[in-house]
Amino acid sequence: MSTKDIQKMRQAHKVLAEFDYELSEVEKGYANRTLYVNLSDNAIASKPVTQQMKDVFTGGKGFGLWLLWNGVTGDTKWNDPENEIVIASGPIGGTTQYPGAGKSLVVSISPTTHSVMDSNVGGHFGPLLKFAGWDALEIQGQAEKDVIVFIDGNEGKVTIEEAPEEAVDSHLIGEQMAEMFADTEREKRDISTVSAGSGADHALIGCLNFSWYDVRRKKVRFKQAGRGGIGTVLRDKKIKALVVKYGGGKAAANNPADRKRITKVGSRINQEIRDYDAVQNRMRNTGTAYLVTIMNDYDLLPVHNFKFGAHPEVERLSREVWESKFTQGLPDGCWLGCTMSCSHAVDGYTVRTGPYKGQVVIVDGPEYETIAGCGSSCGIFDPDALLEINFYCDTYGLDTISFGTSTAFIMECYEAGILNKEITDGLDLNFGNADAALELLHQMGQGEGFGAIVGQGIRRMKHIFAQEYGGDPRFMQDIGMEAKGLEYSEYVTKESLAQQGGYGLASKGPQHDEAWLIFMDMVNNQLPTFEDKAEALHYFPVWRTWFGLCGLCKLPWNDITPTDNAETDEPSKIPEHVQNYVELFSGVTGREVTKEDLITMSEQVYNFQRVFNLKMGFGTRQHDAIPYRSMGPVTVEEYESRTERYDRQLKELVGCDPEGKTTEEKMAALRAYREEQYELLIDVVYKRRGWTPDGIPTPETLKRLHIDFPDVLELVRQHIE
Amino acid sequence: MPEGRGRVRDSEMIRVNNKFDVEWQEGTTVNSILKILKFTFPMVVVSVNGKIVPRSEYGTTRIGDNDAVKVIHLVAGG
Repeated sequence: MSTKDIQKMRQAHKVLAEFDYELSEVEKGYANRTLYVNLSDNAIASKPVTQQMKDVFTGGKGFGLWLLWNGVTGDTKWNDPENEIVIASGPIGGTTQYPGAGKSLVVSISPTTHSVMDSNVGGHFGPLLKFAGWDALEIQGQAEKDVIVFIDGNEGKVTIEEAPEEAVDSHLIGEQMAEMFADTEREKRDISTVSAGSGADHALIGCLNFSWYDVRRKKVRFKQAGRGGIGTVLRDKKIKALVVKYGGGKAAANNPADRKRITKVGSRINQEIRDYDAVQNRMRNTGTAYLVTIMNDYDLLPVHNFKFGAHPEVERLSREVWESKFTQGLPDGCWLGCTMSCSHAVDGYTVRTGPYKGQVVIVDGPEYETIAGCGSSCGIFDPDALLEINFYCDTYGLDTISFGTSTAFIMECYEAGILNKEITDGLDLNFGNADAALELLHQMGQGEGFGAIVGQGIRRMKHIFAQEYGGDPRFMQDIGMEAKGLEYSEYVTKESLAQQGGYGLASKGPQHDEAWLIFMDMVNNQLPTFEDKAEALHYFPVWRTWFGLCGLCKLPWNDITPTDNAETDEPSKIPEHVQNYVELFSGVTGREVTKEDLITMSEQVYNFQRVFNLKMGFGTRQHDAIPYRSMGPVTVEEYESRTERYDRQLKELVGCDPEGKTTEEKMAALRAYREEQYELLIDVVYKRRGWTPDGIPTPETLKRLHIDFPDVLELVRQHIE
Repeated sequence: MPEGRGRVRDSEMIRVNNKFDVEWQEGTTVNSILKILKFTFPMVVVSVNGKIVPRSEYGTTRIGDNDAVKVIHLVAGG
């Protein structure tokens, strides 16, 4: 890609709209306005951030949900021009003195759930957007031809430009945008791009790639807003890229109310990470990939579509393997100042297959979810195959979790005889066939072959396979690891009722960013009663929501622990770090808060999102159902892989003597018990959350949380009455 | 990982997290328990009869028959 190529691309642009705005400084974490862009009528406007927005929604996902709520109706489909993509940072986003302040939160109506979806992503876009002058970017409408939107935070100008020549795939367009909009090499660090890829043109499981410029490698790198198909929405709107540029100073650009408070807690945690990460989770060397063998040891690693929790070949995907492949000694900072530096990359990787065969690229990752989802869950234990899958999922704009969980589903369908080679265009989709998985991925990229069907996601595939191939719908319902239309992320929850709830009750679908209670429940045995579980399913989803309101990554909260944490009253909450966040929020915004206030902030947004689901036709108890594979053994093979465990549970918990019973009889008895347990759990959780038995926030709850807007109350009352 | 056991305890067992029973033998240490249970998670806090055991003493702290052991994994991941 030469300078001449870039010039030619730029010359081919046609500017469809321009909007000049006054540059202004961020005040105590807020730019105090949001940017609205409509691609149908090429309108660009500024909207004010009101005090009510700050009080009720805080920022980040809160702002996104509010803007989206007002932009769509309950009938809006994901591919209507009316659907929006909203991207927001948050008041603490962009802070450089505390680790993990680079997150953006993205919301939209999802192509797979048909309801409100949120997805979080690290990197530079959110902070640069805010420093460029905007607390959120709200995109509505649909362009006629492929466009880019360029937000120039140096000049105070926003343009919509037709962009016919640029690539669609992210590893290409990311570099193209950096070359195009940076006047110097140094300026590349001031640019961040949001893009998807050719896979998102065809599949419903499209992801967004958010670029950041790695100054040490002198290369563009990517983080993903993976979940829920928002990359597909981006491409449906004919957006090739959203680009932001901001060249001012970053360290002080958030203009906090009291910098000293931030520096104090920031210095302490940065020192903690530097001193102890190496003897704790080694995030600075391995990132989340450290978890793979640990999950295997606890029988929690998804193997063969979540049938099993461990596999003898797991050492091929161990921490040591990934540490040897990731380039070490290069701090992989995501946003500036993050000492956790957990975004690792494999440099100098030669692509083996597909349209980019022979190119030498950087592979960003893989993270734990990709290794488990595209690896062990598919029976694939070849780390190089996973690098290839990771690279192509990213550049094609496809969510690795949905790709992995969907592929694992079809592999089980194939082995169960629902699919055959005639249906799969000759692909032998047994577990473990990495070449076949890669071929599916390339087919998704092109929108052809059986891969195009897999790209529809599990919920649609269940329907297609029943209608067209005679698949048993009940069996597929049991093994299809999706809920609410979103594919499961990568933890086996059979032995943790709390985590079954953590997944089943999550607002967007089974993504673990709301709750990760497996160890508290299954191993620590800290949640023995329903009430304990309900309390955890109130606190942790709400606490974890808070990060997304503020532009923060949750990893520095609990992937590093103070040495005296064990002596605190509630070590699982990491109280010292919670207090850090109190200081951080107060120090940035000037608003004095307590740790209880942080929970209230989140409860407001959490409950609002639940009502948003109701608005879109969901949001009630029936939609909190989960597939039985997430609760217990579906097949004889699964039961008999853990006979001792299940027989003992039948005896001690169910009061059923397994002696003399067939495996099928034992499975039926266990299933009845476990399904009942889930329903009992939901009852208690709903009550704790202030919801009706049908899972709807009550008017009293809405009032307490100040989200009793007239249209919200009206909607809830209709459903309750 | 061994399975959680039932409500009736044998006399030569160590109960961990009030859920997992590990057969007690002379010389059982904290490290042995972690190994038997495959508790490989890096961030754990171990207490024996309510008293926290420093990590540096895992190899030398002996566990007695009927001791109540807690191995609390600090939630991370995800």
